[in-house]
Amino acid sequence: MKLALGPLLYYWPRQSVLDFYADIADSPIDSVYLGETVCSRRHELRLEDWLEVGKVLAAAGKEVVMSSQGLVESESDLKTLRRIVRQCADGEPGFRVEANDMGAVRLLGEAGVRDWVAGPTLNIFNPTTLQMMIDAGATRWAVAPEISGAALAEVRAALAAPIETEVFAYGRLPLAHSARCFTARHFNLQKDTCEFRCLAINDGITLRTREGEPFLTLNGVQTQSARVHNLLGDLAGVQGKAELLRISPQGSHTRAIVELFRAVLAGARTPTAALDDCRPLMVEAPCNGFWHGRAGVEQYVAA
Amino acid sequence: MHRIELVCPAGSLPALKTAVDHGADCVYLGFKDATNARNFSGLNFDPAQVREGIAYAHARGRKVLLALNTYPQASNWPSWTAAIDRAAEYGVDAVILADPGLMAYAAQNHPQLRLHLSVQGSATSYEAINFYRERFGIQRAVLPRVLSMAQVEQVIANTPVEIEVFGFGGLCVMVEGRCALSAYATGESPNCNGACSPGKHVRWEDTPRGMETRLNGILIDRFADGERAGYPTLCKGRFDVNDETYYALEEPTSLNTLELLPELARIGIRAIKIEGRQRSPAYVAQVTRVWRAALDRLQAAPDAFQVTPAWMAELNKVSEGQSHTLGAYYRPWK
Repeated sequence: MKLALGPLLYYWPRQSVLDFYADIADSPIDSVYLGETVCSRRHELRLEDWLEVGKVLAAAGKEVVMSSQGLVESESDLKTLRRIVRQCADGEPGFRVEANDMGAVRLLGEAGVRDWVAGPTLNIFNPTTLQMMIDAGATRWAVAPEISGAALAEVRAALAAPIETEVFAYGRLPLAHSARCFTARHFNLQKDTCEFRCLAINDGITLRTREGEPFLTLNGVQTQSARVHNLLGDLAGVQGKAELLRISPQGSHTRAIVELFRAVLAGARTPTAALDDCRPLMVEAPCNGFWHGRAGVEQYVAA
Repeated sequence: MHRIELVCPAGSLPALKTAVDHGADCVYLGFKDATNARNFSGLNFDPAQVREGIAYAHARGRKVLLALNTYPQASNWPSWTAAIDRAAEYGVDAVILADPGLMAYAAQNHPQLRLHLSVQGSATSYEAINFYRERFGIQRAVLPRVLSMAQVEQVIANTPVEIEVFGFGGLCVMVEGRCALSAYATGESPNCNGACSPGKHVRWEDTPRGMETRLNGILIDRFADGERAGYPTLCKGRFDVNDETYYALEEPTSLNTLELLPELARIGIRAIKIEGRQRSPAYVAQVTRVWRAALDRLQAAPDAFQVTPAWMAELNKVSEGQSHTLGAYYRPWK
């Protein structure tokens, strides 16, 4: 199994981002997804900067994928999307694209691109829809986190030919997108004049119930789980159902977490021991319910 | 200017007749199962009711749209395709779909069946909408409640697909079809189970601290004496963020775009949708009556259109939390 680093979902200062990917360049990761997928107002790195980061990672032997934005609203969002498709179609620099809405799928088709990643927000829940994406040129399926291991196995079993499959294996779960910015709202600001208050909130802002229980995370227009979805302890059951594991960047310890996954895959560490090693590196308690077909918030241990 | 169709909710046969009697151009409904996004007990239509509803509407020159707008999975796929077959057999005027696989099935097996793209399809740009048009020949798309007026106008200018928008009712603060909050808290989602914050996971508890509402054990809100305790829809609860307790995502409120009608007409909206298949026939009557009057007034004298205080008062009576918002059409809302 290969390891993929998902797109950075938070808004970190430019130098932090550059330092982060410099560190990733010699980490044991196979694929790196780049680009701004959450909010088009974020600008510490422009698309051109992301492509430059991609070139450094590609030179270090990583597969680089440019992720498209999940929620496309404006003509300027479409302009960025077309540019992402064009860099792939023109081979300049020719990074593979992760399509995160059907507009991206249409533009990739129009450009004749036949080797793209069907992203987790495409709402692919059944073999008929997945086959349609494969026919349109998808060569990897990044599964929506809410789909269970059993359900994705059923989808794969029904396909005419297999497709490389990637599951969300580590990180706070991206659960929803909105036109509203909840970080700006927290600071009594409007999105248009948000003062970029999400900058340097490295893991988002934790939302708690009135009993103090961490429940969700505010990350601008995105809402995430407070808990950290972590499949380290479930890797035995993931084998055979997926070829890639996605690790979502975290404010700190991402590299150590990647190395723990690598150690389990190499047989150097047991899943249970690795999960225990991982606990001090996590920003919140673990959960894995989605993988087991249960409420995502649950930490499920098979009896 | 196109005539704007008024599309009203029917959670039951009485609600359907009420909507038709009060001036709906179209009613939309669902079967009694997980194939639609309002899969609530006691709601929706069995086969005999669908036939009777269609006969009632068609006899009065109105249309019936069937919502099949959840996402089938490998294990339950045949139930959804069977629902498409039944919809075609009963003679509905269109099916409202979200899943591309299901659209392909409908286009292949029932080429005469008119297809609408559901709001659950999360298509927010003309590029996405045109994808569905080229692939399946959809004739209408319902926009998620996230775009500003200028963005809706841009969509309309760049697609031949008719555009329908939400005019009134419960407000999803998240992009529809892209929200796994309910799945995270309860294991059941609008996408796969047709329900958000489903009733079987809800608990109301009268405690010394006040009335507490829980969803699968998670505290969604707590109400002081004299506060009206609302249903624990999880994005409309009060939570603590950095030691401040407030409606961190959205207040319990309804969308109401009545005052935007002239602008929506000018940019070329083809239909206005009223949310609320889970609401009573009385709600349907009240909301349909007001919107029918408003649309007729607009049609008769587009330049002189004005919202009357009586209309707003009627609508506020049935709004969630007795308040309303323009949602994403109003920039500060974002």
